[in-house]
Amino acid sequence: MASSSAAAGSSPRSNQPLVLLKDVNKHFGPLHVLQNINLEVTKGEVVVVIGPSGSGKSTLCRAINRLETIDDGEILIDGKKLPAEGKELANLRADVGMVFQSFNLFAHKSIVENVTLGPLKVKKMKNGAAKELAMSLLARVGVANQADKLPAQLSGGQQQRVAIARALAMKPKVMLFDEPTSALDPEMINEVLDTMVQLAKEGMTMIVVTHEMGFARKAADRVIFMADGQIVEQATPEEFFTNPKSDRAKDFLGKILNH
Amino acid sequence: MDSLTEYFQSYLTALETYNVVGALWVNIQLTFWSALCSLVLGTVLALMRISPVPSFRWAGTAYVNIFRNTPLTIIMVFCILVAIFQLQLNLSSDFNFNFFLWAIVGLSVYHAAFVCESIRSGVNTVPLGQAEAARAIGLSFLPAARLVILPQAFRGAVAPLGNTLIALTKNTTVATVASVPEAAGLMKTMIEFRPDVIMAIFATFALGFVIIVIPIGLVTTWLSNKLAVAR
Repeated sequence: MASSSAAAGSSPRSNQPLVLLKDVNKHFGPLHVLQNINLEVTKGEVVVVIGPSGSGKSTLCRAINRLETIDDGEILIDGKKLPAEGKELANLRADVGMVFQSFNLFAHKSIVENVTLGPLKVKKMKNGAAKELAMSLLARVGVANQADKLPAQLSGGQQQRVAIARALAMKPKVMLFDEPTSALDPEMINEVLDTMVQLAKEGMTMIVVTHEMGFARKAADRVIFMADGQIVEQATPEEFFTNPKSDRAKDFLGKILNH
Repeated sequence: MDSLTEYFQSYLTALETYNVVGALWVNIQLTFWSALCSLVLGTVLALMRISPVPSFRWAGTAYVNIFRNTPLTIIMVFCILVAIFQLQLNLSSDFNFNFFLWAIVGLSVYHAAFVCESIRSGVNTVPLGQAEAARAIGLSFLPAARLVILPQAFRGAVAPLGNTLIALTKNTTVATVASVPEAAGLMKTMIEFRPDVIMAIFATFALGFVIIVIPIGLVTTWLSNKLAVAR
């Protein structure tokens, strides 16, 4: 089970990036939130996006799933261009798992129903198989014993782990994490990060927007530093944290690491 | 004391002559069918108003603004004078049943606008993240609406829908202009022929509607608490 979802989907292609952004631009009114973003993420890579608030890192993450539209440029998932709307886009979204800051579990559905909804309604999986898949994923993130409760009855950390299971149930090619621990109480952050580290070790391709520098050091293959809508710097975590090149990155790290 | 007994006696003879309960039963039937039809139509309209397609949104908005702002009496008279007499659009070959059906049409198209807005207020109780999560697992608009948004929206819309239902119940009396033999029409007849007990007649019909409407209010209040989505 563990390796099957991580390796799901894409056939081994000749070095084609799994996620490719070419000259992506986006404005919110007069604000240029994404400025000529170019980014390649290869299969199995774990990319951590960090940067100050308002730097456009969440928007970047959401644009890859087209929860935000872009003004121009191209986004390709596994070689396929993101379609505008409709059925095709829905299919493509199913290949891209998304974990939100505020969990966004379906409030009227039980934990297990949250996980089975996608497999049942999008993948047209049979009831029994979907339930089995859901239970194995819930066991993997350690909340199998909560399966019949409603989301509101779980702690934030548990809800976020269910949200990860819900995304994994679609056997995505890549997982997007949009500040997955920012809404959590401090004592619950680690249980979620542990799940994510585990996922990274299993070879899942991940793009993670986070403020958790510990996670970046531990699990990232590459750190991307964004500021003012631009990718200012990218490097291995080791290099980025010990020897940042740009002034913006030095300034940012100086503010968060001197404690 | 004697005159009071006398008044009560004449009131009883009025009740024996005219079938008040039967007339109120017609109102209940009108309410039931119009509620059903306007719920279906209102849901479709609400879907149009939240859909990603601009022309659907435009059409839904136009419908709501036209029908919400038109007096029900005018819609009802239109159904009779234009639809039945001018255009000869008959929904039933039975003369009286035809009027009854057209009254339901008039009540439904009018209240659908209010139902639509009630459901939309329910949609507003559903956080945006719910729709985003639904889209993120690959559901397109209609499945996301059916499986995630509307089930929560209806729970949030119980109270405003209840208000609309109460308004509908009382508005069924407008069907009297469509010659449907319902309570308001009967009351007019009774007042015409039994002006001696006019106060009691008013009181009877007022009480009749209060008895019908109070349970609706109680049930919707209870339901809206019971069905509320825990977040």
